[in-house]
Amino acid sequence: MTAADTTTAAGTGGGTGPAVTVEQMDVTYKVRGQDRLALRDISFQIGRNESYGLVGESGSGKSTVALALTRYLPRNGRVSAGSIRINGIDPLALGNTSLRELRARTVSMVYQEPGRALNPSIKVGRQIAEVYEIAGLDRKSALERSEAMLRKVQISDPGRVMERYPHQLSGGMAQRAVIAMALAAEPSLLILDEPTTALDVTVEAEVLDLVAALRDEFDTSVLFISHNLAVIAKMCDRVGVLYAGELIEEGVAREVFDQPRHPYTVGLLRCIPRRGQRKDNGRLDTIPGFLPPPGHSLTGCIFAARCPIAEERCRTAAPPAFAISPTRSSRCYLHEQTPDLPRNTPVNVELVSHRDAATAIVRVQGLSKTFDSRGEAVKALVGVDLSIERGETLGLVGESGSGKTTLARALLGLIAPDEGSIVELDSRPLEADARRRPREQLKALQIVFQNPDSALNRRHTVRRLISRPIARLAGLSGARLRERLADLVTSVRLEERHLALRPSQLSGGLKQRVAIARAFAGGPRIVVCDEPTSALDVSVQAAILNLLVDLQAKEQVTYLFISHDLGLVRYLSDRIAVLYLGRVMELGPAETVFAGPHHPYTEALLSAVPSLDGLHTERIRLSGEIPSAADPPSGCVFHTRCPRRLPTGICESTEPPLLEVAPGHLMSCHIPLDELRTLQDTGQAP
Amino acid sequence: MATYLLRRLGLAVITLWLLSMIVFFAGQVLPGDPGRAILGPLAAQSSVRVLDQQLGVDRPLVTQYWSWVSGLVHGNMGQSYEFRSPVEPFIHAALLNSVKLAALAFIVVVPLGILGGVIAALNVGRPIDRVISITGLSATTVSEVVSGVIIIVIFGVELKWFPVSASAGTGASDLSQLDHLILPAIPLVLVLFGYIARMARAGTIEALESDYARTATLKGLKRSVVIRRHILRNSLLPTITVIATQTGYLFGGLVIVETLFNYQGIGKLIYTAASGKDFPMLEAGVLTIGIVYMVATLIADVLYTLLNPRLRLGSTG
Amino acid sequence: MIGTPGAPVEAPREVTVAHAPRRAGSTPWRLLLRRPTFIAGAVILLFWITCALFGTAIAPHSPFAQQLLATNMRPSAAHWFGTDQLGRDVFSRVLVGSRSILEIAALATVLGTVLGTALGLVMGYLGGVVDLLVSRIVEAVLAVPLIILALLFVTALGSSVLVITLVVGFIFTPLIARTVRSAVLVESQLDYLSSARLLGENSARVMFVEILPNVMPAILVEFTVRLGYAIFTVVALSFLGLGIQPPTPDWGADITANYGVLPAGYWWETIFPALAIMSLIIGVNLVTDSIEQVLAS
Repeated sequence: MTAADTTTAAGTGGGTGPAVTVEQMDVTYKVRGQDRLALRDISFQIGRNESYGLVGESGSGKSTVALALTRYLPRNGRVSAGSIRINGIDPLALGNTSLRELRARTVSMVYQEPGRALNPSIKVGRQIAEVYEIAGLDRKSALERSEAMLRKVQISDPGRVMERYPHQLSGGMAQRAVIAMALAAEPSLLILDEPTTALDVTVEAEVLDLVAALRDEFDTSVLFISHNLAVIAKMCDRVGVLYAGELIEEGVAREVFDQPRHPYTVGLLRCIPRRGQRKDNGRLDTIPGFLPPPGHSLTGCIFAARCPIAEERCRTAAPPAFAISPTRSSRCYLHEQTPDLPRNTPVNVELVSHRDAATAIVRVQGLSKTFDSRGEAVKALVGVDLSIERGETLGLVGESGSGKTTLARALLGLIAPDEGSIVELDSRPLEADARRRPREQLKALQIVFQNPDSALNRRHTVRRLISRPIARLAGLSGARLRERLADLVTSVRLEERHLALRPSQLSGGLKQRVAIARAFAGGPRIVVCDEPTSALDVSVQAAILNLLVDLQAKEQVTYLFISHDLGLVRYLSDRIAVLYLGRVMELGPAETVFAGPHHPYTEALLSAVPSLDGLHTERIRLSGEIPSAADPPSGCVFHTRCPRRLPTGICESTEPPLLEVAPGHLMSCHIPLDELRTLQDTGQAP
Repeated sequence: MATYLLRRLGLAVITLWLLSMIVFFAGQVLPGDPGRAILGPLAAQSSVRVLDQQLGVDRPLVTQYWSWVSGLVHGNMGQSYEFRSPVEPFIHAALLNSVKLAALAFIVVVPLGILGGVIAALNVGRPIDRVISITGLSATTVSEVVSGVIIIVIFGVELKWFPVSASAGTGASDLSQLDHLILPAIPLVLVLFGYIARMARAGTIEALESDYARTATLKGLKRSVVIRRHILRNSLLPTITVIATQTGYLFGGLVIVETLFNYQGIGKLIYTAASGKDFPMLEAGVLTIGIVYMVATLIADVLYTLLNPRLRLGSTG
Repeated sequence: MIGTPGAPVEAPREVTVAHAPRRAGSTPWRLLLRRPTFIAGAVILLFWITCALFGTAIAPHSPFAQQLLATNMRPSAAHWFGTDQLGRDVFSRVLVGSRSILEIAALATVLGTVLGTALGLVMGYLGGVVDLLVSRIVEAVLAVPLIILALLFVTALGSSVLVITLVVGFIFTPLIARTVRSAVLVESQLDYLSSARLLGENSARVMFVEILPNVMPAILVEFTVRLGYAIFTVVALSFLGLGIQPPTPDWGADITANYGVLPAGYWWETIFPALAIMSLIIGVNLVTDSIEQVLAS
């Protein structure tokens, strides 16, 4: 007995046709009196119980598709051509009552920020119960059903969660509650719009598993929207690739990702570092140029301007969707040539490494940082020991709250570490506060921040932004300053004309180049890269990563590269440090750390990341939330979530020291290395 | 939450203390010699000195401030220069009158402002929204001097619907008193309407554009339910604070309105005290308004905290 | 977890649109000129500024010339706005009366804005004792309406143009400082200030070269809002007899002077100065509103 069949539903009638049919749909936004086409000629179908993915970069219009399907376009938007059918019903033709019925019974939606999707002033239980009340249940049974539903989304203590307000839930928990609410009506179509983008990898993995399981249980068709190709590859049967408002390629997910048949898809896939690919053996490819501006009126193929094989006809007439096979289509005249698409950047590069493993340029010992948060002591870093070797790239990975950014800021002198922390440059102590550092120390350590919009003063021109650090740190002026400026601009591949512009007039990628130029202006020895590409689209990210690799060779700098993206860290780093709750869990050469045996937390991180290659390495899952740094667990701080926790009780009582388990490979775990190797090699799930 | 309220109360006391310093400085340090000010430039120096001594203003400033503040704490707000008697009875009577006028204005304007703001927000961009927003803005920005004069001309002089003077005279019935208060309340209503409507509109628009409003709509709830249950609950919360803050502006407007309509309220009292350079009365009046304002904001903060789960419960795991 | 300032989000929360570089040219100024509300407000303001500067030359009569045989005359072709109790031309007095109010209000607002901006930058960027103390003073000043506080000080100091200007300017200072402070606090969360620290820039340079240009929009809005309040206050003070003293033409003072004969039906003597005040305040508000809209978009 389900909520949906307690009443006879007019619109939910099972039927055998597809769950969703979109035909030649255009969506138009009216901006300042002018019509702008946001989606053009979109056609796709989602079969019963099928999971369909829509993938695209920002500006591709993927969220607009979801809004159109639920008829929730903003007031200035409308479906200006084509048709939509959900279970055979056209939502655009419905009156208010029938539209409400459709929303109540047939379509549900989950989106990016779970915290915002819930009403902040109503208890979670009440919000879910509303769905059942719409279906006609009385309040008491609605609440009972809600509690049962929360149990289905694997919330361990549903009774308590029911009584909570949204701000009292963590991100992962809130997203489960939202999913519970979405599935409560047992919809025939569930739309997920970037449902895990705001979550950490281990939490993301759990939520994705949950969605996959519930989809089977509830017999629901899924429209999964994401910018993350690997997530789509993992979750979807079929996929459509959106570019600038057009569906340029479609097909079975595995096929599209293995043998893309549109130059854009090919380019996009080549921008992502694959397993085994490293900075010194396989350069990332890039997609030159920019997305056409919104509301463009291009005559030919929308991708022609950025396409390496575009011909005359591509620029004069828009290509139709070519059926490549019964399950595949591509909007490219030259779809047969895509396997041999020429690269925009050569794959092989001669990289001169200036790595000198014998010399520690920076040494950190017993570094702790305690923040005071409303009277609570929050330990962001606890006794971190590590050194950075000359010329290397040290990758720093960890989830939110692991303390990686705090570590970087402490090195730079932007926050003062606790008493007794030692931070040395060339074996000489560094001033704790950047304001008191002499020029030599300031010059030595610089940073590329995550978000260039925040890192660049928006009122200054690019010329001023780059000149100032040259003057301050390199002490140059006049003709020599201009010379260095020109040199830097060329190095980061900006153009002379950009100098007169302000940040708001630049794209995200260009802004990040300006930020990189600033970091390199004074001739630094160590550059901290704090998630330098996480605010950028994949195609822009590749170019920035290539640039960072080139600059390291050219300027002989050392990198501390911080990222939550293990793929990137693996591609770039020589050594890797894994942080959890402000402590180093594992530290060692990149290949050793990735090859294993790993620390159970590293293992969990690796298992959690979906892979584009279709190799499923999902051996272990972490359950539960990341504990609060204000109240860290006893013993090994990871024991509350560790799937390989020892039965002896030592993990709960004693914090394991960070020991060298193999040359250059340090780990903080009570389980001996050999035992870990046995457990992990056999792929034995705990 | 208890600690929050205690903290909030402590801050209010500090603010009040600072205000007393400002008022003392303005009323008893800046004017120079009060005796001379009262007796005029022609009086003999000796009589000025005698008066100064009687008033206690020949003592050191710290002593004067101390005796003034300790008097305040004990409910003794000082001696009027003009009436040579304690100021409290005057303040008390005037405040009571002002509260009547202010209450009338509030009873009218709060529902009106909220309704106007919500209606405008629900029709954002449409003509009705433009009308409400622009009316609100204009009403808010036009000084009580202007609106008061215009109202008197139209309703009092030309149409003769309402009495021009606010005081019904002693012994008048409550109903007739109300009749006299209607005209003076209008300028106050006009000024407050814009603020409250603006805030209610902004809050409602924000809530309408929120993700949780989308969640509620996509659940299939009726629009009226979405608005009542999901929107208003969140959107009207900030309005509470605005209403409290507006009591301050309201009392500012009272000085003009009460003078204009010749009503014996705290505003008129302050005005008369200022004209007669009766500084103890003036100081007591200003301080009273400060206290009223602070009590109002304190109540608003408590209400806000009680109604907002985020503040009431804090965040846990 | 970390609820501390300066601990940034570590997961990607936003994705920048990789659009082609935006064309230069759609400057805020041009956007302003495209708004009819701004044009209307600016025209009203310019009209009154012209009157303030050249009022005596434009006015058809002398604002002081009394015609004791033609007192309380209804509006006519000769006297568009009629004459007052002393037979002076109301129209001329309204035109010339713009001077005092604009002078005092503008000067007081400039004074408050300059001092408030400096104070706000120090409070927001350096924090510390100054911030704590001034924040409390702001609270205290806010507890009493502007008009009443001004009334208290002007009574204490004796009324003159200079006193009113200084009193209003000084009362504005902590209020404007508070606005600037909160704008600075928003900026303090941004990484470009960390960047400046990593270049070893001193505090003065960070405040005035790095932060100030970014908080200018907020200051501009605050300036226009305060200008409206200043006009409000000056009018109220003159109305209460604490502003410009007769016979100098002044809107507030003229309302007070002729308010007594209102019940006799001589409405034009008060209503025209009142409408002049209204138009000026509406002009300022239209400009404020357009600036806010443009900056928000």
